[in-house]
Amino acid sequence: MSKYTEEDLEQELKTKEYEYGFYTDIESDTFAKGLNEDVVRAISKKKNEPKWMTDWRVEAFRVWEKMEEPDWANVNYPKPDFQELAYYSAPKVKPKLDSLDEVDPDLLETFKKLGISLEEQKRLANVAVDIVIDSVSVATTFKKTLGEKGIIFMPISEAIQEHPELVKKYLGTVVPTSDNFYAALNSAVFSDGSFCYIPKGVRCPMELSTYFRINEGGTGQFERTLVVADKGSYVSYLEGCTAPSRDENQLHAAVVELIALDDSEIKYSTVQNWYPGDAEGKGGVFNFVTKRAICETNAKVSWTQVETGSAVTWKYPSCILKGNNSVGEFYSIAVTNHYQQADTGTKMIHLGKNTKSTIISKGISAGKSQNSYRGLVHVGARAENARNFSQCDSLLMGNACGAHTFPYIEAKNKSAQIEHEATTSKIGEDQLFYCNQRGIDTEKAIALIVNGFSKEVLNKLPMEFAVEAQKLLEISLEGSVG
Amino acid sequence: MLKINNLHASIDDKSILKGLNIEVKAGEVHAIMGPNGAGKSTLANIVAGKEEYDVTEGVIELNGEDISELAPEERAHNGVFLSFQYPVEIPGVSVTNFIKTAINETRKAKGLEDMPAKDMLKMIREKSELLEIDRKFLSRSLNEGFSGGEKKRNEIFQMAMLEPKLAILDETDSGLDIDALRIVANGVNKLKSKDNAVIVITHYQRLLEYIVPDFVHVLHDGKIVKTGDASLALELEAKGYDWIKKEVNS
Ligand SMILES: Nc1ncnc2c1ncn2[C@@H]1O[C@H](COP(=O)(O)OP(=O)(O)OP(=O)(O)O)[C@@H](O)[C@H]1O
Ligand SMILES: [Mg+2]
Repeated sequence: MSKYTEEDLEQELKTKEYEYGFYTDIESDTFAKGLNEDVVRAISKKKNEPKWMTDWRVEAFRVWEKMEEPDWANVNYPKPDFQELAYYSAPKVKPKLDSLDEVDPDLLETFKKLGISLEEQKRLANVAVDIVIDSVSVATTFKKTLGEKGIIFMPISEAIQEHPELVKKYLGTVVPTSDNFYAALNSAVFSDGSFCYIPKGVRCPMELSTYFRINEGGTGQFERTLVVADKGSYVSYLEGCTAPSRDENQLHAAVVELIALDDSEIKYSTVQNWYPGDAEGKGGVFNFVTKRAICETNAKVSWTQVETGSAVTWKYPSCILKGNNSVGEFYSIAVTNHYQQADTGTKMIHLGKNTKSTIISKGISAGKSQNSYRGLVHVGARAENARNFSQCDSLLMGNACGAHTFPYIEAKNKSAQIEHEATTSKIGEDQLFYCNQRGIDTEKAIALIVNGFSKEVLNKLPMEFAVEAQKLLEISLEGSVG
Repeated sequence: MLKINNLHASIDDKSILKGLNIEVKAGEVHAIMGPNGAGKSTLANIVAGKEEYDVTEGVIELNGEDISELAPEERAHNGVFLSFQYPVEIPGVSVTNFIKTAINETRKAKGLEDMPAKDMLKMIREKSELLEIDRKFLSRSLNEGFSGGEKKRNEIFQMAMLEPKLAILDETDSGLDIDALRIVANGVNKLKSKDNAVIVITHYQRLLEYIVPDFVHVLHDGKIVKTGDASLALELEAKGYDWIKKEVNS
């Protein structure tokens, strides 16, 4: 097998069409369509889960049944028929990954196309990879190095078996099962995801990275991620995903919970590249994600995201600043093109004293897309000296797209200092002509201008992600100016 | 190098250029002067390929080839450079990144590899020294918050980096202080050779003391109405344009 280098990846990312629209032919073990309590129990049984886990899922299901799908977001889409989806899918070949030879060759091929072949990943120093294909994790690397530091990084399904006390203690504490429609659904049927625990005082020596992928047509994917940073620890976590192009809409409803205990820090970076649908708005992933962090005393959580994919995105990574002096940050680039719709933003809930939050949101809209920022800054009555700075910039390309900003501020303590800045700009003919005159064609000029616009956020990404993110921005906007 | 014959151009049905002729040969420096609104910037923009103008008549030839079908970036690849009267801002894109992209895109168009970073750095160092530009300045966002003079000096820095065949400097002198004017003019002179040509559009004789033109043209009401040598600029400085307008109308 020839080596897949970073240049190859770059090359691949340069090409026009949504590159990762291939579909692996791995035999899958998929449940019949439909959802009821028996299905929930069956999922739990299939995964050999302890009773507390089964009960937790069932309870979530009962809550979900009584809930209505929310419709307050600024997005329009055909409501998924939840009885038309299958809720479990696992690759039939379940390799024990002692060596790569045991992996299904098709799967390896898939990794190759994704540019994350394991050989290469292993060589990539400092990146541990937990690859999720469909619902069941099939590979975990760097486990040993992490193990030496006492760091746990494994599929959550394994963590339920191996570290039930930790999972039980923290699961659902930041995003309760009843939090919202999609979170409840996820809690009932979550397939797999990652679990990460950094022990007291440990600085995780490498970026922890997960690649997600929807594979089986018609199978909703319900990832569940739980990251716990114990007192005084530090971790940087990368989440990236690609999906095969499918004609029917695919539902993705993930839940991510971050727990930052006293004096700890979590950096959570996402490059989201789900299939956005074609230029006519057909197909594409529906992405309804609940991401939330809780920060104890002196803890800090940074969410950084680059959102280029999905037909419909509904996503608000949030921070509950519970402890005194805790810090929450949200840096986001959301690109929409063609008929994509994104309603994203954050919630910063200031509860502790001297809590600080920063929100930098960059929305880029092209084609006939709609891009909304929705953010809440809440300062509780006891949050003395809370401070927030928010900046929401929108960049428009053409006349058919829309950018919307919905900032909500609730300040219940008079000492709060809240600053909000918003700008909207358009890529001007004059800017393009200026670039053209210097020999830069329009497509490249747009990429340059967009990169400049997004720079504050791109700079927050770990190096290995920043390059890919820039390429994704370029690809997402290709063909957006006639 | 550049040959324009009977150029007519309009925008929104407003006729701006009305039968303009000019020929610029390699190794020459031409100055174009003329009252506000005469069409000087329009001419520069049309040569550079700005698409919002309708060219209704006439031919523009660059090195014997009609360039009317070429996109602005293709003209740039063929060696046309325009120092803008009003350079635009591109937030978040550093001068260095911008010029690097410009150079590499031009090389790509010619089938060349990217310029090695080492050579690029060396060139940046040389040219910024030539134009006495503080290198910290090159990390700033392109033209964002630049003073009027800084913008103009930055245009000439880009010109120095791109080494064009035909450079059109549209009022590069306005906004420059006395020292900057000398530095910029000096830079332009250093870049001059028998293989390239420069057109300077200006209102003031002062620049022409440094960059001595072979020809001075007066553009009035969409046409070149008078052509002379460097002394014409002095005459204009002393007498203004009225006498020329009268000459034309009589
Ligand atoms: N985009 C445009 N839309 C409408 N009118 C235009 C446009 N561009 C130029 N014009 C008009 O064309 C005429 C010539 O403009 P141009 O900028 O070429 O003048 P100029 O000779 O460069 O003047 P100055 O010395 O003030 O820079 C002016 O009357 C101007 O208002
Ligand atoms: Mg002008």
